[in-house]
Amino acid sequence: MLLGPALGVSAILFSIGVLGVLLRRNAIIIFMCVELMLNAVNLTFVALAQQLGPDGQVFVFFVMAVAAAEATVGLAIVLAIYRHKETVNLQTLNLLRG
Amino acid sequence: MTEMFFWLCSGAAIASAVLCVTRRSPVASALWLVMTLVSIAAIYVLLDAHFIAAMQVLVYAGAIMVLFLFVIMLLNLGRTQATDMRGWPGRLVALSLALVLVVELWAVRNILPSVDLRLPAGEMDRLTSEQGAIAMVAEPLFRTYLVPFEITSVLLLAAMVGAVVLAKRRL
Repeated sequence: MLLGPALGVSAILFSIGVLGVLLRRNAIIIFMCVELMLNAVNLTFVALAQQLGPDGQVFVFFVMAVAAAEATVGLAIVLAIYRHKETVNLQTLNLLRG
Repeated sequence: MTEMFFWLCSGAAIASAVLCVTRRSPVASALWLVMTLVSIAAIYVLLDAHFIAAMQVLVYAGAIMVLFLFVIMLLNLGRTQATDMRGWPGRLVALSLALVLVVELWAVRNILPSVDLRLPAGEMDRLTSEQGAIAMVAEPLFRTYLVPFEITSVLLLAAMVGAVVLAKRRL
């Protein structure tokens, strides 16, 4: 049974994704780290589906669809930001800072 | 044998995830992320999710990562500039937060679902051999989860319209 090890691997991958979001300032790389976190969660779903039935795999399907939608809209926003600021560094996006 | 292959794929996934987070160039980051996604697809195969593994390669490693690379090259971010990592205080905070998170998740990992909820051993193998890898997922998808499936199509349409509106200079 690979349930325990798979959950451990997904925990590590999720934490690496969080680390990337906290560590980087490039908006596109932060997006990629969010995708990594979504993948870690998918791995948890699949690992538990092996024990609890194929419903977990159906859920992975929905997560993939939502991730695709999120990536398209997010990258369109990054494009719009780049057009205004000529950079994707999040440090320059401080309009809301008091 | 399966166990050894699992640890091989897990090691590849974790190592390339770390490289994805630490590489300076966005293109290198994206390619290491592709490596992570393919390794995760291999783990899916080991966990009896063959159809999901194929979808992972097609949708994630194929479509979504091509979209990312397309935007990186459209914005001409490929050449390495100064690093975009935070300074040392920020790095320490990020590392300690990630460490706390991994310890928490590792503790939660030991709480397994109760025995009454679990399928009998070998049930997934039986389902796969009886229905095939695709029907096993498609059956609940188009029966129990039909309404969420239709809502997903509306979501994708909305995302498509939103992306066009956001990325277009003037409608």
